[in-house]
Amino acid sequence: MVRDTSVTLGGIRLKNPVIPASGTFGFGFEAAGWLDLDRLGAIALKGTTLEPRFGNPTPRIAECAGGLLNAVGLQNPGIDALVNEVAPQVRRICSTPLIANISGFSVDEFGVCCEKADNCDSIDLVEINISCPNVHQGGMAFGTDPASAAAVTRRARKATRKPLFIKLSPNVTDIVPIARACEDEGADGLTLINTLLGMRIDIRRRKPVLANRTGGFSGPALFPVALRFVSQVAAACRIPLIGCGGVTSAEDVIEMMMAGATAVQVGSANLHDPLACPAIIDSLPSVMEELNIDKLEDIIGII
Amino acid sequence: MNKYNPTILSNRTVAPKVYRMELATGEAPPLRAGSFVEVEVPGKFLRRPLSVSLSESGRLTLLYKVVGEGTAWLAQAQPGTSLSLLTGLGNGFDTEACRERALLVGGGIGAAPLHQLCRDLRAAGRQVTVLLGFNTASERILCEELETLGATVYVATLDGSAGIRGLVTDALRQVQPAFDYYYVCGPMPMMRALFPLLQADGEFSLEARMGCGTGLCFGCTVQTTEGPRRICHEGPVFTKKVLPW
Repeated sequence: MVRDTSVTLGGIRLKNPVIPASGTFGFGFEAAGWLDLDRLGAIALKGTTLEPRFGNPTPRIAECAGGLLNAVGLQNPGIDALVNEVAPQVRRICSTPLIANISGFSVDEFGVCCEKADNCDSIDLVEINISCPNVHQGGMAFGTDPASAAAVTRRARKATRKPLFIKLSPNVTDIVPIARACEDEGADGLTLINTLLGMRIDIRRRKPVLANRTGGFSGPALFPVALRFVSQVAAACRIPLIGCGGVTSAEDVIEMMMAGATAVQVGSANLHDPLACPAIIDSLPSVMEELNIDKLEDIIGII
Repeated sequence: MNKYNPTILSNRTVAPKVYRMELATGEAPPLRAGSFVEVEVPGKFLRRPLSVSLSESGRLTLLYKVVGEGTAWLAQAQPGTSLSLLTGLGNGFDTEACRERALLVGGGIGAAPLHQLCRDLRAAGRQVTVLLGFNTASERILCEELETLGATVYVATLDGSAGIRGLVTDALRQVQPAFDYYYVCGPMPMMRALFPLLQADGEFSLEARMGCGTGLCFGCTVQTTEGPRRICHEGPVFTKKVLPW
């Protein structure tokens, strides 16, 4: 029989729940050279800010067991380039839903970027990143406290009618009040989780490996942490969740969905294997068959 | 980008900590001079970027230096071992930019991609002069191979144990080679020192700590006169005119 891998996210039908995560897939142009973008459930575009940014100095990458640290620092061409040039160009080469990922350094910046994204026909969904650990003002600061998470969500909600997801930080003592604050202010969903703040030291040079000193930890080692956040927030909120953190296989996708995710973002796996997303999508039907799952949506939050 | 699993044909040390690995690549398309590959290493999340030294039909030669745990694993890998490889990464050298006489400058393991570059330039009928810099005579690599291709090769060693005593910049001053275009690959201080000394147009192959090697993560960005560029994707080779040195 044909296994149904489709899911609905913020009113948008995705052919499968597999979405390359923001910051691990560029704007899609690179991967278009080696995979069919239309096979993906959706694409989360590289994080964008009001002004263009060079990002942090290099080294921006440090390896560690089970993943890597990054401190890219939101290198991007700015929201005007995204909505006027980049997103329309991506739209011309694929028809899969596009998620604009937006960061800001003030509540108003989030709002202005969301207004611009709202006017862009090429963008189907907006993901607000209040969890970037690699910029020194703003970024994660908005996602570590319910009041500021609420303020950003309120402003973003006013700015766009597109489905609005808020990407939350794991670097908090209790995520539930933050998740509820976003839900109360009208978010259509939440993405859980961004990277864990980490650090490496080059013991021979006696200096941090990353020029930024600290960076965001991602990779397979994060999977159980992300799964726990998804499960915890699924129990506390009613809006759909995108599970993100350490997903590398179809089994991980199913586990994340059983914990409460409606869709899943694949991040670091793309950096190890640029064909990770199509490989996961290819193996979903056979894993569903093995587990007697006819329709993937049936397993969301069943545990 | 092409992903496949070639088999190691040979893997031998050619200088202290430097290895030449030959891979059987079957039907995989040949690779551009100056492009690179990313090799998977057991137990490591990130692949290791390595220069293509020579790409021929059915065969790929990598020259690499052991600098950490990943390359140490690679150095002990036996013939017959299958490796997971991403190939066709980066832009490579522009061999058509040289009209008659090319100058190639390499420092240490940075000489690796000059082998194929020299082959391609010679095949196109260009005169090739090569300056290679090493710490000491025992670290010399590729000198014979480049001479066999018909290049004029000059070596500089820091300790004076072979060729000209000093750096490649010293060799450049002594040799005063004639060239209309140049190609440089080596440590960053060497390239920065050469930049103001080389008067013609030319290009530099840059190196960085990379995440993905495929342009996805923006981990290896460098500032150019045309804006931020990824060393792994728009590079690793950048023309003199876009480098804000």
